[in-house]
Amino acid sequence: MVPLAHILALSVILFGLGAAGFVFRRNIITIFMCIELMLNAVNLAFIGFSRYLGNLDGQIFAFFVIVVAAAEAAVGLAIIIAVYRNRGSLSIDDFDSMKL
Amino acid sequence: MATGSNMPLLLLAILAKVGVVLLVLLTTIAYAVWLERKVVARIQSRWGPYLVGPHGLLQPVADALKIFFKEDIVPTEVDRVVYCLAPFLAFSLALLSISVIPFGESVTIGGATIHFQITDLNVGLLFVFAVTSLGVYGVALAGWSSNSKYSLLGGLRSSAQMISYELSLGLGVVGVVMLAGSLSLREIVEHQSGLWNVFVQPVGFLIYFTAAVAETNRVPFDLPEGESELVGGFHTEYSSFKFAMFFMAEYANIVTVSCLATLLFFGGWLGPVFGPPLLRALLPVFWFCLKVFCFLFLYIWIRGTLPRFRYDQLMAFGWKFLLPLGLLNVLVTSLVLAWRST
Amino acid sequence: MAPLFYIFAVLAILAALSVVLQRTPVYSALSLIVVLCSLAVVYLLLGAEFLAVIQVIIYAGAIMVLFVLVIMLLNARQETPSDRSRLARWLGAPLLLVFLGELLFAVWERFPAATTRAAALPDAGPRAVGALLFRSYVLPFEVTSILILVAVLGAVVLAKKRL
Repeated sequence: MVPLAHILALSVILFGLGAAGFVFRRNIITIFMCIELMLNAVNLAFIGFSRYLGNLDGQIFAFFVIVVAAAEAAVGLAIIIAVYRNRGSLSIDDFDSMKL
Repeated sequence: MATGSNMPLLLLAILAKVGVVLLVLLTTIAYAVWLERKVVARIQSRWGPYLVGPHGLLQPVADALKIFFKEDIVPTEVDRVVYCLAPFLAFSLALLSISVIPFGESVTIGGATIHFQITDLNVGLLFVFAVTSLGVYGVALAGWSSNSKYSLLGGLRSSAQMISYELSLGLGVVGVVMLAGSLSLREIVEHQSGLWNVFVQPVGFLIYFTAAVAETNRVPFDLPEGESELVGGFHTEYSSFKFAMFFMAEYANIVTVSCLATLLFFGGWLGPVFGPPLLRALLPVFWFCLKVFCFLFLYIWIRGTLPRFRYDQLMAFGWKFLLPLGLLNVLVTSLVLAWRST
Repeated sequence: MAPLFYIFAVLAILAALSVVLQRTPVYSALSLIVVLCSLAVVYLLLGAEFLAVIQVIIYAGAIMVLFVLVIMLLNARQETPSDRSRLARWLGAPLLLVFLGELLFAVWERFPAATTRAAALPDAGPRAVGALLFRSYVLPFEVTSILILVAVLGAVVLAKKRL
């Protein structure tokens, strides 16, 4: 059996990598993908806990996270397309004024 | 699985099963191509392949040899890694979904039970959908990495088409799942022992089949290729073996989709069973193959008969007709089920 | 089962590294798909069959396709590194390492490998998950459906040039 600590460690590492990408990358799509990576790390923790506590509630939480991530991706990518149309760039260095 | 706790033997049995299924699948793919050429030729008053072997039966072998010995061209401006990855992705994903398809009832010979299925998942149906939904990548990445406008347009079109019709594909099946109360393909088939689902869920079947044709990029929904407007669509820049992989992936998908249609709506391996034990064991497999063959024939028939849709028609049909119809079907089915259970 | 977990854990970490380090968005997206699929296998090993399949269908099969489509549409090639985030680099990296170390330490402290044992494997088939979802979690479920509706409308309004 895999100890819970190892599952959580994997989750923490993935979350950390996602956070690092979020801070260091300049391309807005890559940044968005790093957010998805962090969400997945959280999901893994949920499922690990659900397995070790022996109830399914954690899986339901993970399910909701996936559903919300889908909604978030749709809106987020639409925003990216709208911004790209106005700025002609995907680098977040170019998105520094408050209006489009 | 076999009832012993003999681990190596078990592994060997699984490997043998995988080998047999793959062999049969690949042969089916090769001869589906031959069948398509023959039937379409008949529909168009031609002869089709008839030079290699009797009735051109060795044509698939000749095709395979030709494709193997052709030069494999990689254009200079392509994104090499993705360009080489895409056909493998498409092909392996197309083969993967056959692993949960049950071909017949389990039989017991000499104390060992043999399942005509590589593995029985209790989410088997969802597994097939998961693999199909990944199939988009092969096409999309091929289109993007080729660095050519025709390929890109074909790739974009087909990704949009496959995502759109995946919804209808799923919705068409929900009714069947609700009736059987299970996502395991084996249980869904066993539930149909009284009446085939196609008589209970005719609308669901029509939605499923239409969406399946679109999902496999076949005529009349073959816009991703669209020779007359896009040269060759997403595989314009592919040649030789890589092209063959896309080609085989398409036929593997057709076989999978036909298998699924048989299992979900036409009672899978169910059919009259009689005779000595050996015949009893093999007849279900025969019925299953016969039904799948009928679907393959139907596919070819449709290809030989219908003209291609326009792209906007295709999208409008998927989103404005098929999807609402699917939702309505789910609603009516659940209402009837709820009414019956009270 | 345990060796499989470690194989796929390492695969997930390597692919996640690749998500962060690749300069071309398409490669990042492909690596992320590898992460998602290996996590699906991990879920499967943890007995969450339904969620594993959902992860592949929705995350890998729908969300990431959307990402790949947008990358293709906007023709996002290599990103150019910039100097504007020097502060982030010099301050962010150590802070991130500290944060990670703290988290790992907390995990190790709170759940030592020897004492945590798995509870009885819950039946995580579609039936069990569905029953829980539609009995105890009906309200959140309905709320998410409204959220999705709003998201669909929002996406259409944002992405369309003229309504």
